[in-house]
Amino acid sequence: MDEPTLRKTVFDTLRRIAPEVTPADLEPAVPLRDQVDLDSMDWLNFLIALHDKLGVDIPESDYQKLVTLDDVMGYLKARCG
Amino acid sequence: MTRAAIIRKNAAALAPAPHLLDYEVERRRFSWDAVRAELGTMPGGGINIAWAAVDRHLGTPVRDHVAFRFLGRDAHCNALRNDSRRDITYAELARLTNRFANALRSLGVGRGDRVFLLASRIPELYIAALGALKSGSVLTPLFSAFGPEPIKTRMTIGACKVLITTEALYRRKVASIRAELPQLEHILLVGEGGARTSVPGTRDLATLMEAASDAFEAERMSADDLALLHFTSGTTGTPKGAMHAHGAVVTHYATGRYALDLHPEDLFWCTADPGWVTGTSYGIIAPLLHGVTSLVDEADFDAERWYRLLQDEHVSVWYTAPTAVRMLMKAGPEVVKKYRFPELRFIASVGEPLNPEAVWWGAQVLGLPIHDNWWQTETGGIMIANTPAMDIKPGSMGRPLPGIDACIVKKTDTGFEEVREADVEGELALRVGWPSMFRGYLNQEERYRKCFSGDYYLTGDLARRDADGYFWFVGRADDVIKSAGHLIGPFEVESALMEHPAVAEAGVIGKPDPMVGETVKAFVSLKAGYTANDELLMELLGHARKRLGAAVAPKEIAFLPSLPRTRSGKIMRRLLKARELGLPEGDTSTLESGA
Repeated sequence: MDEPTLRKTVFDTLRRIAPEVTPADLEPAVPLRDQVDLDSMDWLNFLIALHDKLGVDIPESDYQKLVTLDDVMGYLKARCG
Repeated sequence: MTRAAIIRKNAAALAPAPHLLDYEVERRRFSWDAVRAELGTMPGGGINIAWAAVDRHLGTPVRDHVAFRFLGRDAHCNALRNDSRRDITYAELARLTNRFANALRSLGVGRGDRVFLLASRIPELYIAALGALKSGSVLTPLFSAFGPEPIKTRMTIGACKVLITTEALYRRKVASIRAELPQLEHILLVGEGGARTSVPGTRDLATLMEAASDAFEAERMSADDLALLHFTSGTTGTPKGAMHAHGAVVTHYATGRYALDLHPEDLFWCTADPGWVTGTSYGIIAPLLHGVTSLVDEADFDAERWYRLLQDEHVSVWYTAPTAVRMLMKAGPEVVKKYRFPELRFIASVGEPLNPEAVWWGAQVLGLPIHDNWWQTETGGIMIANTPAMDIKPGSMGRPLPGIDACIVKKTDTGFEEVREADVEGELALRVGWPSMFRGYLNQEERYRKCFSGDYYLTGDLARRDADGYFWFVGRADDVIKSAGHLIGPFEVESALMEHPAVAEAGVIGKPDPMVGETVKAFVSLKAGYTANDELLMELLGHARKRLGAAVAPKEIAFLPSLPRTRSGKIMRRLLKARELGLPEGDTSTLESGA
């Protein structure tokens, strides 16, 4: 999957949970949860939905590495091939 | 390990010896006056929660003890980085809270003024909370995950005069509603990472603090003077501001001893956010009263991080919530295997009933069972608990603490009467008279009066008591939703949805969820001219989230052609819930035909 497609998938997934988000407003290097109001359940649902859409396993022990959009993109890119 | 119905305790083997060893004996000899005398009064008379929590220790060795250990969000991500870790001793806390009280005084803020807090778990929040109490102001902590609408509602009802928040939260959630808050005189901002702020119409907290003296004598309050205003939600109408007085500190102290078993050398971690009553009573006040060190982690839940904190910070007493426990269970055994918790000696949980599996999971995985306890915003402190020396019946909230009389009552033609027999379901009630009982709902005298019958406070929770005196939660007597341990009023959510031009009617229910207890689900019907489609669904979800914030907004919205109503026009949430769950619809005799 190329980067633009992957990015779109991530944004689409996020917008299913938080439709109020405008992707263009998000700073990729700032913690996502500082910019978008996501509680623990939203965040968990976001990661689960990414797993379902992309087939990428995200073990619980990796959750703490996923803080910014850059983190999420980098993590998925390395695993989506 | 077999799963017997009771987890037996060997009290003699526990070290240090639990404060509540012999339940019956302690209950008999307990008196609130004795606890009050032990806690003492301020030199020259009067009481102040912040004096009892902080200044009372200044003439003792506790002065040099660490009061709070704050961990910033990046602390512990990497063992080499320790820059966002901050210890504050009791002596430092006294000086910092004095500065804050003086800063308020310099603005003409003091006795009886309403001070609101809106921030994540940063040091400034804790300093402001205690400093405001010292100044005699009435403190209201708000949950930082609230959206602008719940913030505005609560600040309006509470007549907020001063708000302490961060620059980021101000811009995201307050700036847009500021014009609608005429009583709000001062906004004090904390900058990102300690940076100075210069936002028009606000003041920089750090600058104010610098200019203020670190000497302050806490205001002498009476036990009945208002100290805290905590908002909670009912089924109908606006949120209720439960008022608590400085005298509540006696309950905070007694329950810190009995229900949390705090001993001087404990490292205590209450994971609740001060935006809710647990995070104030037990995240700020109770541990300080006992002179222990409290861990405060600013980061959001993360299973691995939490296990690492329990281990590396040598947590000995841990007070958490069922949702967090279930999230740890879900993370699986691989994560926890990497950590050891030899210092951990007592785990308690509050917020909603802890399922027996979770109690057992604690015993197997952490080496300690988890002790459920029960209380509400209105009770101000823990009322019913499983305590260290007491056998646990997994699934039960435990037994009433010393000084607390709980019973089950049933409605009769003339009022309520106590049910003496065991194992009968009814409403959980408490005999009035404990020091942290709420003193009213702000400006809602009628609603307050309705909570009482004779000598009893009616909790709105349905429960039963077994033959051994253990209480078991059955459900709520009303439609209030309990999600991740927090009460959400369906009316507040429905009102926000109704503000959208497409929505004709809205009904909101709690949908059972294995992780958080209940999630908020909304049913809406649309006005003529609007089509139920995915695009509109997302728009409504975004609309609700923007106004209410993630903590209150629905997680799920469904369209219905119309909502079931009573003939008098009330939406029947109970019926929506029964249909959602595929349960019998019960009595529908009042249902409007055709719904």
